[in-house]
Amino acid sequence: MTNALTVGSRREKRRTAAAAARRRARSARPPWEEPPTAVGQAAKGLTLGGTLAVILVPLWIIVLTSFSTPGAINRAGGLVLWPDGLTTETYRQMLSDPTVVTALGVSLGITLVGTALSMAVSILCAYGLSRPRSLGHRFVLLLLIVTMFISGGLIPSFLVVTGLGGYDQYWALILPSAVSVFNILVLRAFYQETSAELIDAARMDGAGDWRILWSVVLPTSRAVTAVTALFYAVGYWNSFFNVMLYMPTDSQKWPLQYVLLTYVNRANGLPGSVNSGFGETHAQTAPLSLQMAVVVLTLVPLVIVYPFVQKHLRTGVLTGAIKG
Amino acid sequence: MSTAAPKRPAGPARLGWRIRLRRDKSLLLMTVPAVVLLLVFNYVPLFGIVTAFQEYDPLVGVWHSEWVGFDQFQQLFGDPAFWAALKNTLYLSFVQLILFFPVPIALALLLNSVVSERIRNFFQSVVYLPHFFSWVLAITIFQQMLGGAGVLNQFLRQHDIGTWDIMTNPHTFALLVTSQAVWKEAGWGIIVFLAALSAINSELYEAAAADGAGRLRRMWHITLPGLRGVIVLMLVLRLGNALSVGFEQFLIQRDAVGHEAADVLDTFSFYYGISTGGYSYGAAAGLFKSVVSLLLIWGANRLAHAFGEDGLYRR
Repeated sequence: MTNALTVGSRREKRRTAAAAARRRARSARPPWEEPPTAVGQAAKGLTLGGTLAVILVPLWIIVLTSFSTPGAINRAGGLVLWPDGLTTETYRQMLSDPTVVTALGVSLGITLVGTALSMAVSILCAYGLSRPRSLGHRFVLLLLIVTMFISGGLIPSFLVVTGLGGYDQYWALILPSAVSVFNILVLRAFYQETSAELIDAARMDGAGDWRILWSVVLPTSRAVTAVTALFYAVGYWNSFFNVMLYMPTDSQKWPLQYVLLTYVNRANGLPGSVNSGFGETHAQTAPLSLQMAVVVLTLVPLVIVYPFVQKHLRTGVLTGAIKG
Repeated sequence: MSTAAPKRPAGPARLGWRIRLRRDKSLLLMTVPAVVLLLVFNYVPLFGIVTAFQEYDPLVGVWHSEWVGFDQFQQLFGDPAFWAALKNTLYLSFVQLILFFPVPIALALLLNSVVSERIRNFFQSVVYLPHFFSWVLAITIFQQMLGGAGVLNQFLRQHDIGTWDIMTNPHTFALLVTSQAVWKEAGWGIIVFLAALSAINSELYEAAAADGAGRLRRMWHITLPGLRGVIVLMLVLRLGNALSVGFEQFLIQRDAVGHEAADVLDTFSFYYGISTGGYSYGAAAGLFKSVVSLLLIWGANRLAHAFGEDGLYRR
């Protein structure tokens, strides 16, 4: 018993030592390279640090301002750089504003429904095109790729959607942008790499294409599924131009990005769009902390999802860039 | 000699189409939803292009609107606002090409020389982030930092230096939108270059170092040639999109800086096409843009091939 334990722990120790060595080797300078100069190191550090600061400091200021009391904002003369009177009052106020709450619901709804639909359509199409020598897949592929280079343009698309009765309808914010050919090509490239033996084995066991897609291909390509879903979700979550086109008047149907546009940019003399598009209710200036709280609200879902998907981003993007 | 292997592997490809259809019908069925959506929202609008040759009247639709031939285009080419939009588009594209394009390459080279893996990962996860922000959000952030009531001007006022309104100045608009684009997308742009860098064989560096090549010589003779293919590909893509400089970005800021500085072909098409109801006029501007863009992609790709690179596809 004790013997087995010591053996186990010794093996454990050896394994961690090997891992540490690998880490060292990966982050070690190659032996033939010159040692870095102090000036070079400093310049490099400054550039990288500066780049990080340019992205992170504004976010810090915005988050801090949204959590500040009116007094603290006054003392700071506007946006708050250091924590001073902190409060969650603004968020309570924001979540009692029916416009913001409705908009949050609309945004989440469009994002969830849209992403689910896009993923279903894209995964099916990508798998349908991924099997070698299947009937007609070259033609369908060509049909898809042509749309990447030739488009009717803004006005004809607008006329088609409104012609189908899309004005003031939620589907007009989802269906026209539901299929991204780029994402299908990324998925397809991964499905083509799923081992042929695995698929043949499943076929031997009597699985059809639907079964193979569900039980073999999808489970082995979780990373790319996550990346593609993120791309679609971000697209739906961020879209505001479609709202401007198809439902500019009814503020009860606006998603969050459009409310943000009216809350913040209107308040600062940056009216974003067609002047008639804005309801009178939001013409007055919202308090700064409230504006910043809406900004933070648009960021929250991203901050929740991003860490899970971030490590896979590279693979997804590269497949698309190189093989697409 | 006579027993040479057949060129194509015998098998499914040789079956008749009826058998292949029965075999692949579920695969074909799977592509149907995507194809239908693309047909409705991408192919049907292609026929909508004919509105550019009509005096489109929404009440009677495409079928019954009056044909006017090239009248819309004649009017377009006589419209100073159109030429201003075209000039802005090309100018903004050019400024972005010069000031934006090298940034991701430089950042990728810099990051590639960082030894610590932890720092590299942290840096990447931060600089990718703004790519996922909406333009509404990105411009809001710029507004809060650089606008009239923003952090910069607040600081200047407190120190009695006088204010500097960057967000509404039409003369520096090109620099403003370029810095916004750099802030939002430059970090994302490094992914491709980092991948190309990691694909360079490290033995090349070792051999060069053994031959006495210093840092700069290795960069010049190994790193940059290794990146050449990706750089050319990115240039081709950028040239092909030269007429599509950030649509949403300009739309949001158009009123703040005035349409003289901020109108590009896309916003021109939108404002004169949809806001004012001149659908045919907007469609004509859109068609002009599509055709020139297609020519640009084709030309840029030819150029890439002339330099012996792959461009969009292998020759």
